[in-house]
Amino acid sequence: MHRRNFLKLSGASAVAAALPTVARAGKVIDLPIYYPVAVGGPIAKIMDGYAAAFHRANPGIRVHPIYTGSYQDTTVKALTALHGGGASAPKLAVALSVDIFTYYDQGVLVPIEDLTQGDHAWLNGFYPAFLANSRLKGKTWSVPFQRSTPVLYWNKTAFKSAGLDPDRAPANWDEMRDYARRLTRAHNPKSATEWGLQIPSSGFPYWLFQGLAIENGQTHLAAADGTRTYFDSPETIGALDYMVDLSRKARVMPAGIINWGTTPQDFFKSRCAMMWTTTGNLTNVRKHAPFPFGVGMLPKHKRRGAPTGGGNLYVFTNTTAEERAAALRFIRWVTAPEQTADWGMQTGYIATSPAAWETPALKRYLAGFPAAAVARDQLKYAEPELSTHENQRVTQVFNNALQAALTGQKGPAEALKKAQADADAILQRYRV
Amino acid sequence: MAVIAPTLPRVRAFRLGDHVVAWALIAPALLFLVVFTLYPAAATLVQSLYSTPLAHRPSHFIGLAHFRQMIADPTFREVLANNLLYAAGSIPLSVALALAMALLVDARIPGRGFARMAYFTPTVLPLIAAANIWLFFYTPGYGLLDQLLNRLGLPGVNWLGEPATALWAVTMVAIWKQAGFFMIFYLAALQQIPPSLREAAAVEGASRWHSFRRVTLPLLGPTTLFVLVNAVIGAFSLVDSLFVLTQGGPDNASNLLLYYIYQTAFQYWDGGYAAALTVVLVAILALAALAQFLFIGRRTHYR
Repeated sequence: MHRRNFLKLSGASAVAAALPTVARAGKVIDLPIYYPVAVGGPIAKIMDGYAAAFHRANPGIRVHPIYTGSYQDTTVKALTALHGGGASAPKLAVALSVDIFTYYDQGVLVPIEDLTQGDHAWLNGFYPAFLANSRLKGKTWSVPFQRSTPVLYWNKTAFKSAGLDPDRAPANWDEMRDYARRLTRAHNPKSATEWGLQIPSSGFPYWLFQGLAIENGQTHLAAADGTRTYFDSPETIGALDYMVDLSRKARVMPAGIINWGTTPQDFFKSRCAMMWTTTGNLTNVRKHAPFPFGVGMLPKHKRRGAPTGGGNLYVFTNTTAEERAAALRFIRWVTAPEQTADWGMQTGYIATSPAAWETPALKRYLAGFPAAAVARDQLKYAEPELSTHENQRVTQVFNNALQAALTGQKGPAEALKKAQADADAILQRYRV
Repeated sequence: MAVIAPTLPRVRAFRLGDHVVAWALIAPALLFLVVFTLYPAAATLVQSLYSTPLAHRPSHFIGLAHFRQMIADPTFREVLANNLLYAAGSIPLSVALALAMALLVDARIPGRGFARMAYFTPTVLPLIAAANIWLFFYTPGYGLLDQLLNRLGLPGVNWLGEPATALWAVTMVAIWKQAGFFMIFYLAALQQIPPSLREAAAVEGASRWHSFRRVTLPLLGPTTLFVLVNAVIGAFSLVDSLFVLTQGGPDNASNLLLYYIYQTAFQYWDGGYAAALTVVLVAILALAALAQFLFIGRRTHYR
């Protein structure tokens, strides 16, 4: 993009942009950045370390990482601060990639193309699956940062004692159900675990469920422009039928809502032999599982599949041209291969670019811990996470339907048809 | 003012000064009341009559449309019904428990100081911390409750994960949290009852139950009413535990009015509708406060 266009697009900051954009000697640009902590580990310490390292390399810019709670809290605080204005409002944030519509509809986002002024080929360095939730109206509104995808973890000791090959994950839906049956004590008194499988369903059940829906052929749960959902397609209903049957018919998974937060604990305590959860838990599981464990891709059905998840970097419109240039510098620095590789190894998030996986550090890490590559290899089957206008409200409607079916209040088809009708009513006014 | 009035004729010259002093004295309290209570309440009422602004659609006057939306909103009806059940469960139980605990620690029992402290501890804990403790109690499989059930040979229960039990599990936390607080009021009231009354009843040959029912309980009347009103307010405002325990799920089975307001305002970013819901909540709480003034004011002669 040419400089002239950049000035036109950035509107309010045009005056500021007309001033010399090079930072004056001795003046330090401050960039407050809000970030959440969504996985175990010393995230805050790592973030502060990155800010310090970046400042050493770029003395003219100081990034202030400000911890703002969960993803949900971060978006609440960022939008509240941006609406309130003032100097302490964040210039950047790490927020859910699916909150793109939430921010976009509030008019607070600067597209990445406006930051780069033409040089945005580097965006192609990320895995395409991670950019899918960033694109809207022909532009890119966020940069992949702490990204994840669900995987299946299994307890090798439990597999062995149930007579299963401890080094092989279930390959497909039928196999996962059969394995789980042999690993459930009610069906096999010799099982070392009480339950065969746990797919958590508290809080945001849609995410793991989306893995099942994709595998059943429902590639997207919503249209890319965020105005339409596919909650009541036969594929989506079929996926929910399978999930509900795991607990209500096959009885290989606990009935009712399974808590997301305590599921890793259940796994460590041999309450369940297999669990679905985020790859962001990998470091946590590696540290705490008292038995050898395996990490596998989600089992396939009609196809392989998994949703992407996690958070991206956003830049807000309250920035001056100088601050935007500085923000871009930080984004380029923190998503560079070495930095991305380090972030991945320290947290369990998936390094977001193929180049990062070519770094010596990550190669060494993989040689000692091959399980870390499973999530990366699954990326070629990954699809964008559910995201629409009024994202939280539409997602809540969908979550309620999933929970109603999982707790036996409604049949899967009935629950999902109602969710689709509710979502249609909410999204009606965004369809032009 | 009634006390000062008879002296007014003699200090007529200073009346203006009196008014200034009086206003100056109430000004700090009045300021805080206006800034933090009256203005927000009025602003909420006004906001509830306007649509929620969007980036491409500014806010405009829509009258009572939000309130009509509320009547048609099944989630609103569900959270209101849940909140009434929550109130009906938590209020009588926490008040009865508070009275029982107060009677126990008012009596001369060994370790009385320790018992008083133990009963009061839940009140001092932040609700979020308390909810995390209960999250462990309720965890299926190895949580405290399931361990107890297993030891008795009973199957475990997914307390927070089943619609039939989620709301009651949340109610239990509220009872546990509030009872100790109410106990303090009962304890203070019990210690103000002159021992001579109970001694007189004993001399008359009244049994302990009779003495409690005919002497102690009536004298605790004003305290009970005060505690009840506070319990009603608590039932509509103490919802922090939901953030930790259930997030209102499964499928809104444990969702309460204030949590729904939070969801509407800060998850769905629908400020206008959230304001309308807040107006309903404020009306409920104002009714509770009004009841306090009307009834307690009339019954203080017991003291």
